[in-house]
Amino acid sequence: MTQHSRDLSRRRLLFGGAALSAGVVLAGCTSNETAPTAAQTKAAAAGGNADPGKKVTIGFSAPAADHGWIAAITNNAKAQAGAYSDVEFKSVEAGADAAAQRAALSTLISQKPDVIVLLPYDGKELNAFGLEAMKAGIPVVNLDRAFPDARAYRLQIKGDNYGMGVAAATYIVAQLKAKGVSNPVIGEIPGIDSLELTQERSKGFADTLAANGLKVANRRPAEFTADSGQQAATGLLQALPKIDALWNHDDDQGIGVLAAVNQANRKEFFMVGGAGSKKAMEDIQADNTVLKATVTYSPSMASSAISLARLIGQGKGMSDLVELQVPKEIVLASETITKENAGDYLKLGF
Amino acid sequence: MSEMTPTATSARADLPAPSPPVDPAETAAKADAARRLSWWRGDGGEGVRRNLGLIGVLVVLIVIGILTRPDLYGDSNWVWDNILTILKLASVVGVVTVGMTFVIIGGGIDLSVGAIVALAGVWATTVATQSYGAGGMVFAALTVGLAVGLVNGVLISYGRLVPFIATLAVLVAARGLAAEISDKQTQVSSNTFINGIASNKLLGIPLLVYILAAVVAAGWVLLNRTTFGRRTVAVGGNPEAARLAGINVRRHTLLLYALSGLCCGIAAIMLTAQANSAQAAMANLYELDAIAAAIIGGTLLSGGRGTIIGSLLGVIIFSTITNLFAINGLSTEAQNMVKGGIIVAAVLVQQVQFRSLTQFLGRNRATTT
Repeated sequence: MTQHSRDLSRRRLLFGGAALSAGVVLAGCTSNETAPTAAQTKAAAAGGNADPGKKVTIGFSAPAADHGWIAAITNNAKAQAGAYSDVEFKSVEAGADAAAQRAALSTLISQKPDVIVLLPYDGKELNAFGLEAMKAGIPVVNLDRAFPDARAYRLQIKGDNYGMGVAAATYIVAQLKAKGVSNPVIGEIPGIDSLELTQERSKGFADTLAANGLKVANRRPAEFTADSGQQAATGLLQALPKIDALWNHDDDQGIGVLAAVNQANRKEFFMVGGAGSKKAMEDIQADNTVLKATVTYSPSMASSAISLARLIGQGKGMSDLVELQVPKEIVLASETITKENAGDYLKLGF
Repeated sequence: MSEMTPTATSARADLPAPSPPVDPAETAAKADAARRLSWWRGDGGEGVRRNLGLIGVLVVLIVIGILTRPDLYGDSNWVWDNILTILKLASVVGVVTVGMTFVIIGGGIDLSVGAIVALAGVWATTVATQSYGAGGMVFAALTVGLAVGLVNGVLISYGRLVPFIATLAVLVAARGLAAEISDKQTQVSSNTFINGIASNKLLGIPLLVYILAAVVAAGWVLLNRTTFGRRTVAVGGNPEAARLAGINVRRHTLLLYALSGLCCGIAAIMLTAQANSAQAAMANLYELDAIAAAIIGGTLLSGGRGTIIGSLLGVIIFSTITNLFAINGLSTEAQNMVKGGIIVAAVLVQQVQFRSLTQFLGRNRATTT
């Protein structure tokens, strides 16, 4: 008797489990109705370089998105390519690590694109690929994570991590001077501490503070995610009962940092963000949180990289420059966004 | 338990049933009696001693805090606030650890907890779910947690996958699905009720701490005062004996993973409230935090033994260490090394204690586990 009924109940459970998991998958496909993020593109200006020219096939590869910034890079590149009638955009999934990206890139080479735009997992690890592609006659545009070997790229366009720290510290020093604070307590919440980019940002920050006779009182690293930002900030606020200024490296994790600040009911300090997300710019504009400024590290560089890759493919230079070819290196300046100019930058927020 | 089945091996209970050598009813009765005896005489008292040891570790940590930052600890308002902060930091991992403790006592492991928290959190914060209000978000998180837990359970009990593999697969798949749903973006929660769970207090104590206390209390009652709890210990301690005693081991295992999933759903709401947002990468490596906390709390990784209070103390010890390093401005690298050291020390102490315990109780007990 028991054998039979147990079989039935087992079957029921099994079926129930399968039905539930099917429900999970189905709902997953239908439950999100967010509009696609508005991408940062440059409307084609009339005349000159913007006129349709020779057809250019651009191959693109970036790591799988693990946070908003990388997602914005890929979206921007796609959208900018779509803005040109003479660009064919071929994107390959980079997979999970540098080795997977190398494999994906070799399939890209076989499709013979005119130019390759590449945000490598790691510039050092993919340097060899850059050399190989350049040798095969395909110009490589290296996006953000630099190749150590200058022969491995035709153009390098990247943000300025050290400069970001400098910009944040410069703003903080100016504000503290204006307020006349002596012996200020300055906190810092960096992103993943083992990354070179984080170390450069922190170095720029510390160097600039030191030049003004100041130092960081406490730094608690997060992981570029909002929940880790909340936890790091909770620890920092607990360690420093009174803070004058706080620099948080990344606006995505900043959502959690601001949440922690609200939860701890702290208002005595001002905060500077990093990267320049849309939400951060809106918060700065609204001026109702401790976030008073953010220093950019804009994913709009992906849009620029596609525009420049097109010019390289067509053999044209940048119209405002005298040179007949696109320059070899472009480092974006880290700009400081405050309440005054947030409106202008909002369209670049991701 | 071992007296009844001296030849029992660690084989899975779902083997085809050999005809039991003795009357099943008698076996069940004996097993139950033996379990009750061993519970009160052995494990119960031993658990209390172990928990006292953990409280001792906590006291040492607090003394270190007082010695290193006398300026902060001199302010009684700050000290009270700091205790609440430590408990708040422990709350999310604490809820996950309660579910994990059940799974480990039942002889399994759940590597997917962090991923379930992320998936449930992301699901609860989609624009569509948020349009249903706080109730809809809570319902979504709990349902997703429970559903993924059931998937784990079905794969393990009926698909006969090893728990390590099954939950590893679900970990990868759930993070993938979460990334797909969220389009890899951070989804901001604009629901003030949900966000208020992390910022509001009742009688001066944060709501998150009440939730942790409620889950721990429910877990304690479930483990110590119900047949479900007794069965969990029996299934983990010796699945073959449990099966011979008439326990439906497969169904019980399924329920354990569902319970862990449900805890993850609760934790997802708490974490979403804390961060005012959710994303696919959230709750990173919470599985390791939960397993580590359960183990230093005295839960035997091979199953059959463990306490909810011990696991709670394990979580609180970890969040106290995090707090201690934060208030002293020390690097997180050093903090991780200390945590690793504490895990090793806890397991070593466990082994020593267990050896002396078995010697004390004689040879019969020594054959258990």
